[in-house]
Amino acid sequence: MTPMFSHIPADQRPTLEIFVDGQSVQARRGDTVAAALLASGLDVRRDSAVSGVPRLPYCMMGVCFECLVTINGVGNRQGCLIPVEPGMQVEIQRGKRELGK
Amino acid sequence: MSRVHDVAVVGGGLLGAAIAWGLARLGQKVIVLDEGDVARRASRANFALVWVQGKGLGLPPYARWSVEASRQWPTLAEALREQTGLDVHYQRPGGFHICLSEAELDARRQLIEQMYAQGAPNDYGLEMVDRSELEKALPEIGPDVVGASYSPHDGHVNSLRTFRAFHAGLRDFGADYRASHDVDRIEPQPGGGFVLHTSGGRIEAAKVVLAAGNGNERLAPQVGLFAPMMPTRGQIIVTERVKPFLHYPLGTLRQTDEGTVMIGDSKEEILDDRETRVPVTTVMADRARRTFPLLNRLNVVRTWSGIRVMTRDGFPIYDQSASAPGAFVACCHSGVTLASMHALELAPRIRDGGLGGPPSSFSARRFADAPETLLNADAAV
Ligand code: FES
Repeated sequence: MTPMFSHIPADQRPTLEIFVDGQSVQARRGDTVAAALLASGLDVRRDSAVSGVPRLPYCMMGVCFECLVTINGVGNRQGCLIPVEPGMQVEIQRGKRELGK
Repeated sequence: MSRVHDVAVVGGGLLGAAIAWGLARLGQKVIVLDEGDVARRASRANFALVWVQGKGLGLPPYARWSVEASRQWPTLAEALREQTGLDVHYQRPGGFHICLSEAELDARRQLIEQMYAQGAPNDYGLEMVDRSELEKALPEIGPDVVGASYSPHDGHVNSLRTFRAFHAGLRDFGADYRASHDVDRIEPQPGGGFVLHTSGGRIEAAKVVLAAGNGNERLAPQVGLFAPMMPTRGQIIVTERVKPFLHYPLGTLRQTDEGTVMIGDSKEEILDDRETRVPVTTVMADRARRTFPLLNRLNVVRTWSGIRVMTRDGFPIYDQSASAPGAFVACCHSGVTLASMHALELAPRIRDGGLGGPPSSFSARRFADAPETLLNADAAV
């Protein structure tokens, strides 16, 4: 599958490694988690909390909450507001957050 | 005088809607006179418990009425689902009242002893549960929880959907619902019937049921009734949605069918529902996280305050007027819990013209300053 989004060739920012459901993904420093997920080429759709339908980040500016992901063990974080960090563990959320996450 | 309406129900909240729905279901021509959207609605602010334990200390019939309400809830939920297709998600797994100290545990134990001493309803089943027993039902409890009381009759419901289902049902029955019809004056007519002067015009009906919450206090004397109220304010905290972890409602904490966690339940003598107060919500949140430490991680998505409908002594009032025959009043705090009784038990009696039976235990005659114009319902049966 060709990714819908990709980094432009002129983007010279250094890469860093994050993990999405355990899989290694090369992000660029300064990417938000949501941007890195969209550019990863992986199927990063979450299941929504009530009806369980597939969703992707939408507004990319903190308003719509469509980008909810589990980051380093903490659920329901807005991926579009959080910059990637080396070694970050991202989990695609399946439905509602879990109490312990 | 032509009377298009058999009954005018004053108030379209959960209580008025339940009675009106019950009446319309029996074929009565009902008109519901409601306020507008800015009304202070307990029906939109409530905690949605169908709660029995601890209710009725000092008035044993209230304990029985509450147990019966819980027993009748499945019938109501099923009738609403059948008619409207809306699942109000009534669940009765039994409920716990959590104690966070030995002192709280003692107080609870005492309350239970008193409930039994005054004559508890049949199969009341209210009991204390120690911590080890409690852990089996609520594995996530924190170290501060010392025990709880448990009642098999306790449950919860989606109260907003219930509210919507009653109104959808009313429409389906052909009842006349009028928003922005604040009732100003009610005139009993010579020879029977009533004229209601509202902000939306003049309405005539053969009977009138006051179900206006705290507003009953003002309206009741106009038709020889009495509704002394003492409203309080409550605040509620709601978290983001989480996967189901809590399979029993607690008196002050429950997980809704859609996954949010609701935390109550405060009580203040303030009647402004346009603000919330952090010192109050802080205590609520703190108790919640001592009960379930994992809640600490959750985001709060909303807090709100709402006015409780509360009679002066906290018990329901159901009455009919001797001086204005056909005028009834219904007031109570527990519009959710008692919705089944209002729809299925009270409505038929109102249609038949006399309260009698269990509702007659809730006359405002119990107040020393009650007027002479309350019909002795026992005599009316
Ligand atoms: S994409 Fe809209 S809030 Fe993150």
